[in-house]
Amino acid sequence: MERSVIFSGFGGQGLLFAGQVLAQAAMAEDREVLWIPSYGPEMRGGTAYCTVIVSEEPVGSPIVERPDVAVVLNPPSHAKFAHTVVPNGVVVTNASLVDSRVEREDVSEIALPLSELASAAGDPRLVSVVALGVVAARTGIVLAGSVHRALVDIVGRKRPQVLDMDVAAFDAGIRAAGGRPIAEILRDEARALDATLRETVPVGREP
Amino acid sequence: MTVETRVDDQPRVLYAPPELLADRSTTYCPGCGHGVVHRLVAEVLGELGLGPRTIAVAPVGCSVFAYDFLELDFVEAPHGRAPAVATGIRRVMPDAFVLTYQGDGDLAAIGTGEIVHAAARGEAITAVFVNNGIYGMTGGQMAPTTLVGQRTTSCPNGRDPAFAGAPIPMTEMLAVLPGVAYAARGSVVDASSIGRTKQYLKKACQVQLDRAGFAIVEVLSNCPIGWGMTPVESIEHLRDAVAPVYPPGVIVDRTAPARGG
Amino acid sequence: MTAVAERPADAPFARRTRVLRKGNEAIAEAAIRAGCDAYFGYPITPQAELLEWMARRMPQEGRAFVQAESELGAINMGLGAAACGKRVLVSSSSPGMSLMAEAMSYMAGSEVPIVVVNVMRGGPGLGSIGPGQGDYWQATRGHGHGDYRLPVLAPSSIGEAMDLVAASFEIAERYRTPVILLADGILGQAMEPVEETYRTPPRLAADWALTGADGRPPRVVKSLHLKPEALEQHNRHLRAKEAAIRDAEVRWAGERLDDADLAIVAYGTAARVARTAIARARESGMRVGLFRPITLWPFPDAELRHLATQVRGFLVLEMSAGQMLDDVRLALEGARPIAFHGRTGGMVPMPGEVVAALHRLENRTGGPAR
Ligand SMILES: Cc1ncc(C[n+]2csc(CCOP(=O)(O)OP(=O)(O)O)c2C)c(N)n1
Ligand code: SF4
Repeated sequence: MERSVIFSGFGGQGLLFAGQVLAQAAMAEDREVLWIPSYGPEMRGGTAYCTVIVSEEPVGSPIVERPDVAVVLNPPSHAKFAHTVVPNGVVVTNASLVDSRVEREDVSEIALPLSELASAAGDPRLVSVVALGVVAARTGIVLAGSVHRALVDIVGRKRPQVLDMDVAAFDAGIRAAGGRPIAEILRDEARALDATLRETVPVGREP
Repeated sequence: MTVETRVDDQPRVLYAPPELLADRSTTYCPGCGHGVVHRLVAEVLGELGLGPRTIAVAPVGCSVFAYDFLELDFVEAPHGRAPAVATGIRRVMPDAFVLTYQGDGDLAAIGTGEIVHAAARGEAITAVFVNNGIYGMTGGQMAPTTLVGQRTTSCPNGRDPAFAGAPIPMTEMLAVLPGVAYAARGSVVDASSIGRTKQYLKKACQVQLDRAGFAIVEVLSNCPIGWGMTPVESIEHLRDAVAPVYPPGVIVDRTAPARGG
Repeated sequence: MTAVAERPADAPFARRTRVLRKGNEAIAEAAIRAGCDAYFGYPITPQAELLEWMARRMPQEGRAFVQAESELGAINMGLGAAACGKRVLVSSSSPGMSLMAEAMSYMAGSEVPIVVVNVMRGGPGLGSIGPGQGDYWQATRGHGHGDYRLPVLAPSSIGEAMDLVAASFEIAERYRTPVILLADGILGQAMEPVEETYRTPPRLAADWALTGADGRPPRVVKSLHLKPEALEQHNRHLRAKEAAIRDAEVRWAGERLDDADLAIVAYGTAARVARTAIARARESGMRVGLFRPITLWPFPDAELRHLATQVRGFLVLEMSAGQMLDDVRLALEGARPIAFHGRTGGMVPMPGEVVAALHRLENRTGGPAR
């Protein structure tokens, strides 16, 4: 099955990065994935976004009309993308900046003060990483542990000095969305692995 | 935005946007110098009453969108070819006021041939050359004017002159050509340099009206995004690092009456 | 917290070792691993990361990199380096490719092997920076003035683009010809997991390359043949070479064609859209397959023609107003109905539009098959 997530907001909110972390997490689960950014001058000032498509098969169309999950971090992107999600889709809304809400019965909108959570974790620019925590906790597209490992890998390679802050932001997102602390999730995933061998881990793919 | 005050109980306008500047905000990055240069162009053309006569040539670069922000007739030239396009206009529109607006990649890299030959022919054209030392639109690559040691996405370890040559002082190079009646360099560092830049631009327009030859005004500008700086840092960098390499001032003025001897 | 932030061991689920790579960067690295000696380029969206990757990596490898003053500069630097028998890559996007037309013609005429990447965007003119396929005619009809054709390879995934880089060098050197690798803004900008397997084609003896006439007669790399008889002779030689390329280098891929009674013909990113559309159309009972040319020149016309004995109709899908459509028509010679669907300007067709076009084609060809 193909699932897609769109991360949208202002340039500078770390959208492309968050998408990349999700893409790497999916890759680490041996799945197919395509990450595509909005690129060029349109990124200046206005709405920037990237799309991540996760699938068990090679990814076909790179453009998604109707994503399964829309992460919307500013008002223009809420107006542009929140209503486009599929029936029973998920909208992750940055309530710190966005007042409006999706007027659809068949959408579950998770509105949380993501910018404030990011600031609390140490840097308002981590808002996308907080959102990533929400996606990991509430959508099941990839395992939270996979996202965590991808985050640690990418940040650890590029900017190890801020790794703790990134992980804190991710954890804050998971918990704000009602998930358990990432440390517990990782421990349980590791136990599940030990207990059941890799093949039976429910990551939604053919062994 | 118009700013008003009252003097002796009479309303007085302190600042009003020039009429030739479109009533919408630009799409340039916050703090970008292109907006300031656009305003100066609009002011000067407005004050000289040239708006309705002007045919302007837009470059390929961030300022390709100049046609959205200046209320002038515009043609879009291929990357670097604005001076040739302007020559074509000049030769068939004797009464038009012909203005080119180019960035440093546009004018000093891909378009070096065109600017040199338009200048050499002494085309009655006013050229505005915005030098921000980088390729803004394509994501911050090295430009011919990038400073030695400056890091860009295509010289990640800083510009190495042994490898990429030294920065090109384009306006000085053009100034040696007899066809160039006037060449000057201003900047957007602070209010007084912006004021001087405006005077240079006005003079460069007058040169064209007098059919004295080719006129160019280089404007040292900032690209906070491409330089990876805040707008304030970028202005400080412009003042402390860029201006010493490209000293502002009048570089040549062949319209000045020859003195004595 | 820090305990959690420690670098984990390898991801526990992955059985494949892949890396996530942006198309532009993957192409650049594949060229380096294929033994590219020199790269010349000029910034342009959506290709700039290719140049930026080369700016960092080529000096590390002790190889030549120049950010040229223009695409004119870049391609002619390429001409110079390739005339010395070096493995050379030049890359750009649509407007820059137009500037290269003159040198492409010179290199075809003087038989200089080189690989040129075009990460196509929307046109004409400055157009848009969105993905496009509007340079198909330009690429497959030789690109510049005069009478010649150049091999054109069109990947439809990032992994395939990496493979085709090595293949492009191989074809360029085997036939002494420029080769165009035709990608688009999606393939340049997207990231996909790729296996880091690279291929370095063996080097052929370049008994024509300029090395200095030391102990041998001078060599000249040129396209000028002032006498019409001589030029015609040279052109015959080029034709013979093109015939050899047609015989040996045609590449294409088929998907779900076994039971198909309709086929979509698409390349590059459009072929990926087609794949999604085909999956949807098959859910509603249509039997559709994909015919995907990988070499756009030489075009797989015999293979397509053969498919016409099996399917009732073809849908050509492009991110252009219909350019490959010409080659499909030429190949099929009216054998079967051909429908077309295209988007332009940087727009990518949506699978839903393609399914609708398939339904229209099905009706034209006599309704659903039984
Ligand atoms: C033939 C061609 N080559 C390359 C480009 C891509 N391109 C667009 S703008 C630009 C350079 C912009 O730099 P500059 O002139 O310094 O202007 P700035 O954006 O910094 O204002 C380039 C290379 C193009 N549009 N056409
Ligand atoms: S990229 Fe640079 S030159 Fe372009 S609009 Fe932004 S600040 Fe201005």
